[in-house]
Amino acid sequence: MKKENKIGKSIVFILLCFWTLVQLFPLYWMFTFSLKSNNEIFGENVIGLPKQWLWENYTAALTTGNMAVYFLNSFIVTAGTIALTIVAALTATYALERMVWRGRKLANNLFMLGLTVPIHAAILPVFIMLRNLKMTNSYQALIIPYSAFALAMAILISSSFIRGIPKELEEAACIDGANVYGIFWHIILPLMRPALSTIGIFVFLQAWNELMFAVIFINDSKYRTLSVGIQNLSGSYTTEWGPIGAALVIATFPVLILYAFMGKKIQESLLIGAVKG
Amino acid sequence: MDKVMKNKTAILLFMLPATVLFVAIIIVPIFMSGYYSLLDWDGMTEATFVGLDNYIDLFTSKSAGFPKTLKNAFVLAGLSVTLQLGLALALALTLAKGRRGERFFVTVFFIPVMISTVVIGQLWMKIYNPQYGLINMALRSMGLDDWTRTWLGDQDTALYAVFIPLLWQYVGYHMLLMYAGIKSIPVSLREAAKIDGATDYQISRFVTIPLLKPVLQVCVIFAVVGSLKAFDMIYVLTNGGPAHASEVPSTLMVSRIFLRNQYGFGSAIAIMIIFLCFFFAILIKKVFKTEVD
Repeated sequence: MKKENKIGKSIVFILLCFWTLVQLFPLYWMFTFSLKSNNEIFGENVIGLPKQWLWENYTAALTTGNMAVYFLNSFIVTAGTIALTIVAALTATYALERMVWRGRKLANNLFMLGLTVPIHAAILPVFIMLRNLKMTNSYQALIIPYSAFALAMAILISSSFIRGIPKELEEAACIDGANVYGIFWHIILPLMRPALSTIGIFVFLQAWNELMFAVIFINDSKYRTLSVGIQNLSGSYTTEWGPIGAALVIATFPVLILYAFMGKKIQESLLIGAVKG
Repeated sequence: MDKVMKNKTAILLFMLPATVLFVAIIIVPIFMSGYYSLLDWDGMTEATFVGLDNYIDLFTSKSAGFPKTLKNAFVLAGLSVTLQLGLALALALTLAKGRRGERFFVTVFFIPVMISTVVIGQLWMKIYNPQYGLINMALRSMGLDDWTRTWLGDQDTALYAVFIPLLWQYVGYHMLLMYAGIKSIPVSLREAAKIDGATDYQISRFVTIPLLKPVLQVCVIFAVVGSLKAFDMIYVLTNGGPAHASEVPSTLMVSRIFLRNQYGFGSAIAIMIIFLCFFFAILIKKVFKTEVD
């Protein structure tokens, strides 16, 4: 009986290792072929480590491939979206959760509808709006829609955090003569810091990786983000794989670095989002 | 305190940014999409009101191909719920039992979830490459030359070839949800079953999985709704081709609106996608509810 158990355990372990290989091998292959020449990729050395480490692939991707510009654009758009989402979500959450007014329940339910509405709903009307305002091909063209669609989740997350803050703190400040802005700024905001990183992670992954809005609202390469930039690059570098591999790695490494340092926090953030949503 | 919390100006100020964003980008556009879907409009010239004609076209016009995209979306949804969630559940059940290296496996399986779908799509395009891709090269090295195909360019395989990277990318996400769900079930329940002589399979089948229903519901909703609105992976890998073999509602919508300027018809597709997402989310919740009762 015991022996059988051991055999079963080893089989399960082997299966888990096999799946690990399936998940990691394509990524390993991506990293290695980003440093190889076509000759190596296409036959000489398909799956080994590069014989010659061709860092030129990275230079080519960053300069002629424009990846440096796209990277900066993605960074600006993502940072802008995080900032706007956090400001809008925190102030609204405070009004929705702590302040007293008629219709706040209804307002809250309306915001929560935003969790299920797919971005398809907005794409054409928002595109027409942006076109009429001459705002396509700008950072705002992405930051504003991204923030609007991130808002529901951000409010949900900050609501669950704010409920954990005892009301006595605000009451005490009130007795000391603080007004509502003072209470929000000096008491609530500092205590909401853990919510900020959760929202930040959530919005970062969404904005950094988004494709549909970015494809349609931006066609000037000056404002192109990474996801669209990579699409274009692969269209123009059809025969040379190395620089494309380099571009893929460049787009991926910020995410991987973030994961290496705060993997647990990222997993928790996405769990909160899923379970609450 | 009450007086401070009833400060009307403050409420207005605090609600302003979120309300403006939400109304301008989500609420108003939904109604505008609904209105556009009743028009025959190319975005430049005068629009004509055609009532429900666009919706009738969706389901009757042969050339529009909307039913085909629905079928493809349902195939993706079916494959996701069975293969992807099945695999995720198996992984979660094995890992949550507490074995050596469990954190390592969870961490690794989750990596692809965070990577951009564009990157994953481009990577798999290379893997599928007919001449130099990993799959065909591996098949050739094993002497299975007959099995090699242009995976993404073949009408018989394109849809499945699109599904595999989707499974590969998101299996870790569902696994994490289920894994966390199992971990939150008190260990004592499983131990009690074990003392009563239940096998591992029985414990999973009769103790863990029934208690995991709320999480499974979330996973099924994500898998189905995600398939109905899938865009990124398909856009990158095939853009719906060849000959619409892997076309889904979202890719059809984008090409109708932004390549062919059929604003009215495209909006009707958008409205159908929203409707289907809500419909299936509610339906799945209902099904899980009756199961629990």
